[in-house]
Amino acid sequence: MLYREAGDFKASYVADSQTFPIKFDRYGYYFVLGFAFLVMPLIINDYWANAIVVPFLIYTIAALGLNILIGYCGQLSLGTGGFMAVGAYASYKLMTAFPDYNIVFVIITAGLVTSMVGVLFGLPSLRIKGFYLAVATLAAQFFLIWLFTRTPWFFNYSPTGMISAPTREVFGYPVTGPRASAVSMYLICLCFLVSLAWLARNLTRGTLGRQWMAIRDMDIAAEIIGVNPLMAKLTAFAVSSFFIGVAGGLLFTVYLGAAEAGEAFGIDKSFLVLFMVIIGGLGSIFGAFAGAFFLIVGPVLLKLLLVNTLGWPTDLAAHLEIMIVGALILVFLILEPHGIAALWRTIKEKLRLWPFPY
Amino acid sequence: MPDTLLFAMEATLNGLTAGVMYALVALGFVLIFKASGIFNFAQGVMALFAALTLVGFQSGQIPFSHLINAIFGTRLHHFGWNMPTLLAIPATVAVMILLAILIERFVLKHLINQEPIILFMATIGLAYLLEGVGDIMWGAEVKALDVGLPKGMSDTVDELTFNWFGYGFFIDRLELWAAGIAAVLVASLTIFSQYTKQGRALRAVADDHQAALSVGISLRFIWVLTWSIAGIVALVAGIMWGSKSGVQFSLSLIALKALPVLILGGFTSIPGAIIGGLIIGVGEKLFDFFMQPIIGGATENWFAYMLALVFLLFRPQGLFGERIIERV
Repeated sequence: MLYREAGDFKASYVADSQTFPIKFDRYGYYFVLGFAFLVMPLIINDYWANAIVVPFLIYTIAALGLNILIGYCGQLSLGTGGFMAVGAYASYKLMTAFPDYNIVFVIITAGLVTSMVGVLFGLPSLRIKGFYLAVATLAAQFFLIWLFTRTPWFFNYSPTGMISAPTREVFGYPVTGPRASAVSMYLICLCFLVSLAWLARNLTRGTLGRQWMAIRDMDIAAEIIGVNPLMAKLTAFAVSSFFIGVAGGLLFTVYLGAAEAGEAFGIDKSFLVLFMVIIGGLGSIFGAFAGAFFLIVGPVLLKLLLVNTLGWPTDLAAHLEIMIVGALILVFLILEPHGIAALWRTIKEKLRLWPFPY
Repeated sequence: MPDTLLFAMEATLNGLTAGVMYALVALGFVLIFKASGIFNFAQGVMALFAALTLVGFQSGQIPFSHLINAIFGTRLHHFGWNMPTLLAIPATVAVMILLAILIERFVLKHLINQEPIILFMATIGLAYLLEGVGDIMWGAEVKALDVGLPKGMSDTVDELTFNWFGYGFFIDRLELWAAGIAAVLVASLTIFSQYTKQGRALRAVADDHQAALSVGISLRFIWVLTWSIAGIVALVAGIMWGSKSGVQFSLSLIALKALPVLILGGFTSIPGAIIGGLIIGVGEKLFDFFMQPIIGGATENWFAYMLALVFLLFRPQGLFGERIIERV
C-alpha cells in the first residue's frame, strides 16, 4: 500500500523524530525538492518566474515568518509591510555602501537588521496583547514607512525617492538588476526558501518552538511552568522579523528591482501576508506554502479568466478579486478555522486508514 | 498675544474638530465591541459602503451596472432620476440594516464561541468583501457627496476670534456641524441604552452572553440590532467624511485611525471614544505644528499610533476601559 507506516521500522530516535515519518511523504518531499532544483530551472521562463514562481517563493518566506509570530507564538502583528521595508532598505543601503559584499550576505545582514527592529517593536508585547498589540504593530508599519519616505539618507538622496537595486552576481551569474535571468532569480529565492523553511521547521519543534506554543496557548500558565515570556516573545519577534526582512530584501533586490516604501510595502502587504497565514493555516509550516500559493496563483488565474478569456475591464476584475479574497477568508474561518493545512492533515489521516473508515 | 500661541490655539481648535470626526468612527467600534465582544475591523469600510450607497441613491445609479454591462454587453449606468437627500438617507439606512441581517445570518451565526482573534480576522475578511462589493456595485471613482450641510470657513468664528485676538481662526463649518451631530448621536445612544427595553437588553448581552440568553433575550436579534446601529453610525461618519473629502477608497482607512482612539479611550466606553478622539485630534495637530520644522511634515500618519503605543505601556486598558483581569 502507498500511504502506510506499516513495515517502515524506526530503529533510532533520530529516525523516529524525523519530519516526514511516512515513507510516501518522505519520497514525495525528495521528489518535490529534486523537481524544484533540477527540473524547474530548465523549464522556467520569464513570464512564469515573474508572474507566479518568484513572488510565490518570496511571499512564502514572509508567510513563514509571520506564521512563527502569529501561529506559533500567538502575537498578532499588522506590521509585516513595514518590516519588509526595513529588509528592503537595509539591503539597498548595504548594496550601495559595500559594492563588493556578496548579495547573499547582504540579504542575510538585512534580515538581521530587521530582526533588531522587530525586537524593538516587539517590546510592547510584554505588556499588551491581542488587538492592542495589533495596534502597536500598526504604529511600526506607519512609522517605518514614514521614516523611509521622509529621510533622504535611506534612499541615497535620489530625487525620485525611489530605491533601485544595482546588478550583483552570485558565482558570476547576475541575480539582481536588469540583467538577471529568470533561472538565477528563481534559484536564489529557492535556496533562501528551502534553508529558511528547514530552519523554521526545526526551530518550531525544538525547545524554542515549544516555548512559543506554550506562550500562545496561555501565557500566564506558561510563565508558571517556567517559560520566560520575555525571552520567548522577543525571540519570536526576532526570528519572525528575520524571515520577513529576508523576504523584503529579496522582494526588492531580486523581484521588484526598484521600489518606493509607501507603494511597495504599504499596509496592504501586511494584510496580504496575514491572509496567507490564515488561509494556509495558523501554526503550520506547510500552511505558509499553501497560503502563499493560493493567494499568489489565485489572482493570476482569476485575471487570466476574467480579463483575457471573458474580456472584462481590468478594474472590475480587480474589485472582484478583492471581493473573492474577502469571501474566501470568511469561508475558511467558518468552515476550517485552521486553514488548508488542517484540510491536508485530514486528508492524510484518511489516506493512512484507507480503505477502512476508522 | 504672540503669533505662535495664536497659531497653536488655531491648531488645537482644528484638532478638536478633527478629533470629533475620528470619534464618530470609533463610536461604531465601541458599540459592536460592547455588545458582542467583536473587534469590528470593517467599521471603516462600512462607512465607505454607506457613503457610496447614499451617493448612488442620490444620483440614481444602477447598482452593479459595471458587472451587468460586462456580462451582457449592455450600456446601463443611471436610472435617469435623482433621489432627494431626505429619501436617500432612509433608503441607505434600510440597506445598512439589511447588511446587518446578512452579516449575522451568514457570518456571525457560524462563528459563535470562536476565539476573539478568529472573529477579528473574520471582520478583516468582511472588510475586503464589503470593499469589493461596494466598488462593484457603485464604481470606484471618487464621488462628491452633498447632503446640504454647510461648508467652507465659518464666518462667525472668524469674526469672533478676530474681535478677541485680532486674528481670525479658520474653522470649517462642516466640522462644527460634525461636532453637533456627534453630540446628538452620543446623547441619543446613551438615552437608548439606558431607558429603552432593547437598550437594556443590549447592555445585558454586553455584560454576559449566557446570562442574557437565560433570561430570554434573543442573542441573534441583539446582534442584528447592534450591527444596524453600527451601520447607522457608519453612515453618519461616511456622510461627514464624504462631504469633507469626497467618497473614495481612503475613507475606509479612517478605520485604522480610529484604532488608536479606541486604545486611548478604552474599547468599552462611549465617552472614552469621544475623549480619545479629541486627544488624538489635538495631539496630532499640535505635534505636527511644533515638530514640522524639526523632523518634517506628514507626522499625522503615525503620531496617533505612537501615542497609543506609549500610552498602552502605562495603562493597558485605556482611559475609561474596564480593568483587564487575567486568570489561568
